[in-house]
Order: sequence, then C-alpha cells, then structure tokens
Amino acid sequence: MFEQLSNLPKLPSLASLRNMKPLQRREMLMGLAFLSPWIIGFLVFTLLPLMLTLYFSFKEVKIEDGLLGGQFVGISNYIQLIKDPQIWSSSGTPGAMWITLKFGLIALPIGIFVPLGLALLMNNKYVLGKMVFRSLFYMPFIVPFVAAVFLWGGMLNPETGWINRALMGLGVPKGNVPLWANDMNWVYPTYVIMGIWGIGNAMLIMLAGLQGVPTELYDASMMDGANPWQQFWNVTFPMISPVIFFNLVLSIVGLFQYFLVPLVVNLGTGAPGGSTMFYNLYLYKTFFSFHNMGYGATLAWGLFAMIMVVTIALFATSKYWVYYASEGRE
Amino acid sequence: MTPKFMHQFRNGGLTLFMTLLTLSILVIFLSPFAFMIFTSLKTQAQISIVGAPIWPAAPSLFTYKGKDVETFIVPLGKCEGFDTGNTSLKSLAVTTKGRQSSIFVDPTDASLKEFKCNVSWRALDRSWAFSPTYSNYTEVWNTIKFPNLMWNTFFYAVMSNIGVLFSCTLVAFGFSRFRFPGRDFLFIVMISTIFLPAFVTVIPTYFFFQKIGWIGSWLPLIVPTFFANAYDVFLLRQYFMTIPRELDEAAMIDGAGPLRVLWSVILPQSYPVLMAVTVFHIVYAWNDYFGPLIYLSSSRDKWPISVALSTFNGIYGQKPQLIQAGALMAMLAPLLLFIFAQRFFVQGIVVTGVEK
Repeated sequence: MFEQLSNLPKLPSLASLRNMKPLQRREMLMGLAFLSPWIIGFLVFTLLPLMLTLYFSFKEVKIEDGLLGGQFVGISNYIQLIKDPQIWSSSGTPGAMWITLKFGLIALPIGIFVPLGLALLMNNKYVLGKMVFRSLFYMPFIVPFVAAVFLWGGMLNPETGWINRALMGLGVPKGNVPLWANDMNWVYPTYVIMGIWGIGNAMLIMLAGLQGVPTELYDASMMDGANPWQQFWNVTFPMISPVIFFNLVLSIVGLFQYFLVPLVVNLGTGAPGGSTMFYNLYLYKTFFSFHNMGYGATLAWGLFAMIMVVTIALFATSKYWVYYASEGRE
Repeated sequence: MTPKFMHQFRNGGLTLFMTLLTLSILVIFLSPFAFMIFTSLKTQAQISIVGAPIWPAAPSLFTYKGKDVETFIVPLGKCEGFDTGNTSLKSLAVTTKGRQSSIFVDPTDASLKEFKCNVSWRALDRSWAFSPTYSNYTEVWNTIKFPNLMWNTFFYAVMSNIGVLFSCTLVAFGFSRFRFPGRDFLFIVMISTIFLPAFVTVIPTYFFFQKIGWIGSWLPLIVPTFFANAYDVFLLRQYFMTIPRELDEAAMIDGAGPLRVLWSVILPQSYPVLMAVTVFHIVYAWNDYFGPLIYLSSSRDKWPISVALSTFNGIYGQKPQLIQAGALMAMLAPLLLFIFAQRFFVQGIVVTGVEK
C-alpha cells in the first residue's frame, strides 16, 4: 500500500491542463465526478478541520466560546507545549511524551517480532494444519477491543487471574507476584499483554509476504551453501521488507496515538501514580474533560508534527532497507 | 534402518515437535477465552474461595443420613480394610472429622459402610464438583438492556456500511478507470490520510457537530462514512484493476455510460471484495469505541455494546463474573461473522498489506 508513497508523482502543470483535448477533458471531469465523494469528504472532514485546529491553536479558547470567541494569543500555546511539565518532566512522574516513548519502545518490537515469529511458524513446512492455526491465531483480532481488554484484565488480576496462579504454580512466592495494572513498573507490560490480541492483522500480512517469496530463491541459496540464518537475512528478510515496513509505519503511527487502553483500564486517570498519562490521553482530557480547545488543538498539531517527522524519516530510510521486487521488472 | 527411513523418521519427529510447539503457543494465546467462560459461570462466592480449581467448582457434598457432608481426596493406604501399600486416592465423604483420624464413607459403595482412616481431615484436598451458574448472563442481559444495545450496534454497523459501500465503490471506480493528470497525486493524498492522528481533525469536527446539534445522535458516526475512506477505496481499487478493461469497453460500445459500466460490469464481478469490505466494516463498527464514546456518551439509549461494556469496569470492578459474561455477549456477533466469513477477512488483509 505504501510503495507509491516512496516516489511522489508531480502535480500536473497548469499548461498541461489548459492544452487538454476535449476528450481528455471529458474523461477528467468524469473521473473527478466519481472521486467527488472522497474529494468533498477530504475538504470538509480533513483539510478544513486541520486548518481550524491550527487556527484554534493560536487562540485561548474554550469549546463553549464558539468559532470566533476567545482571543488570539500568538504562539503562547506552543510555548506552553514546549515547557509543559506534564509532557516533558523527566523527574518524579514522567511527562506524557516520555511515557508514550517508553511504552512505544517496549511495544513496538513485540508488535513486529511476535507476528513475524508466528508467521514464520505458519509458513514452516513441518507444521501441520496451518490453515486452522492461521484462523485461530487471527480470531482474537475480531474480538471487540473493550472485551479483549477485560479478558486480559481478568487473566492479569493479581489475586484471581490465571497468570499469577501460573506464576505461583511455577514457584514464585505469593508476595512476589506482579500487581500488573496496579503497579507502576508492571503497567506497561500489562498493556503490551492486553494488546497481544491485536497482532492478527500483522501476522496475516507477514504470512502473505512470506508465502510470496519465490521458492527458486531458497533453492539457489541452498546451492550456494547458505545456512538457515543466512537464508533468513539474505533471502527472506529483503523479500518481506515491504510488509515489515508497512507494519512498522502503522505501528509507530498507532503508538503515538495510544490512549484507549489506559482510558478503559485505568479509567483515564493516569493511575497508578500518573504512569499511564499518555500524550494522547492528556490531549483527550484537555479537550473533552476541560473543554480547552485552544491548548487541545496545540497538542493535536504537536502530535501531528511529530508523527509527520517520524513518518517522513522512516520513508527516507526505507530506500536503504526496503526492497520492492517490482522495481527491477519495469 | 535404511537412510530413507531415517530421513522420514527425522521429518516425522520434526513435524510432531513443530506442530506441538505451535499448538501449545495457540493454547496459551487463546486461554483468555477459557478464563472468560469459566469465570462467567461462577458465583461471587466461587471466585473468592482460596484453593478452588480454575473451573466453576463447588465443594462436592454427599447426603449421608439426611445431612450434607463434605468430601475429600483420601489416600486409601491409610484406611482400615485397605492394604498399607495401596497408593490410590479416592474421593470419600467424611462423617466424623478428627485430627488424628476421621471416619469416612465411600459414596460409590451401596452399603455405605463407615470406616476409619488415619489422616487429619485438614491436610486433605477437597473434592470438587463441576457447578456452573448461568444467572450472570441473565443479570447482565437485564441490567444493560442487552437487546437494545444489540439493536443500536447493529443499526450503526449497517447504516455506516451502506455509506462505505456506496462512496468507496464510486471513488475506487474513479481511481481505477479514468486517466487524467493529477489522479495519482490525489490517490497519494488519500493514502496519506491514514497517517493523520485522529485528534487533529476531531477537535473542530466535534465542535462543529456540537454547533449543529448532532451530538447525541447517530449522524456524526454515519454521515462521514458516505465520503469514502482510504482503506476501503484501496481495497476496492486493487480489485477493480484486475478486471480487464475490455469488458468495460465492450459495454461502452453497446452504449453504456460509466455508471452503467460500474453497475452492470464491475460490481457483479466484485462479489468477493464487496464482501471483504462489508465484513471488515461491520467488525470495525461493532468494535468501535472512540466514535460512540465521544458522540453518544450523553445519550444512554443510543449506546452501542462497546461503550456499555466499558462502563462495567467501574460498576462491576468487584464482580468479575459479570464483566466476563458481558464480554462474551459483546464478542459473540463478530466471532460468528468471522467463523462464517473467514476467507473474506484473510483476502482483504492480504491485499492492503502486500499489494503496492
């Protein structure tokens, strides 16, 4: 899906539009007519709100004040954003940005390697019943997010959950079992475990990528005497790098916006001890709880800018490690 | 052993090992389903008994001389009338509890003869009987007005699905069948919207919907689906591009306009992708939490199942059996849809992830 984003097409020049033949012009108008639901939707529900958010970010305005209410404060919202201890504080309770980054660093590798590992298993010739396994590993992805969080929440209940019972069965003393969602140090692993049911999509995409690797390449590497590890790094990985890239980009964009799990599990309070006040949760509370539209908009644009920078950087690195097999053929 | 047989033997071992490995990962991965079912069948008391098994269990009782007596797992070797070398265990009912020895009867023995065993009853494991309770489901059903929630969720899923099918089909047709300058640029703009954080557009959109009085109604959730979205347009476009243009051209020579081509040539051949878009969207809408949360939280009578379920955490924090029963009721519909429409899910995901 993202391959075309690596080489952006140019906008047509005005001259070329002016010199169109009538037939071409007719085709263009027809095409635009069919695209119009999306074009109108993009203008009304994306571009205009994007600009309005920018406009609000230069104002001190509550949601009750209306479009023209409040007053312009220049860039003072952005200065507040840069200085906000709730976002950047590194002593005591960490700021929302550090929480987001810290959680991202734990969750991202798991979100890539667990589905990749499962996809490799599903693609292994020694595993019987692959189709059944594939469906069953994917199935939890269908479970409503709130229900999945409650199931894992129950599993991770410190007293009655199966995970602590299993730990105690393995010999962990009763006083030493983790308190999971109620413990500042365990709450991130708890969220990672709660999110593990979301890997179904990534697993299927990676599996499809693995199945698409031509067998001749494996045969050729066997002839050259490659061991399984070399085969993985020199054949499998480059061939599936586009699907890894796809999942990596979507995971990072998603992790920057992570907040629904803390909102449901810890009721959005940031408990325990402020350790789950993620950036996006802080944004959500600023706007929906405190109705602070000006600063909420600033936080939103700040997030947007960060995601944009990271995404562009990722796309820039992609030409060094992502290999699109179709490039050579054209 | 011949080399060929050795080879087969080794492969057989590897197959067994790898399959069992995958199976055990799967069992751990799916174990929360078992947790949910077992917990939802327990009573409040069954959850808090220390040392109870994980399944819904009650101490197994035996009616002896008109009284209910408890049963324990007793090593028969310590009982009168049995060999001291006897190592087997048996579930026996205790009639007289003692610290040094207790009197038991064997519930399976028709004569019900009492006998003494030299064990302290406190040191014995209880014998448990399977004892499920179904009242949690009825309690959840009644307290959250379950049929009403189902209807709300269904209504949202179906109405927004109509919007998605209608708009995304038109847009995908436009992207796949017309050539004009700027088309590829627009396509890339559309794909890029996937990266936009929701809040950067939600703030003014919420504000706007509030101004026109749509908060607390279905409209903010349904109307935007009539303006297409990147994922579904991409999915449909990829499929439409595999349909040969010659078919369109033949229809156009017969005098069909573009809408006619879409309706009579493209759509009849697109059954698999239309199904994929539908099942994805229905599951998406069924599970959607954020949209209904912000737009419907003030109007309880319109809540879909996801929002209603999320309130359980606060209300039933001390009653996990109700939370698990509610979770099961919430996931039933999407799971059934998945079971019957699996292949459409798989194909759809593969297209978005693998195709360029």
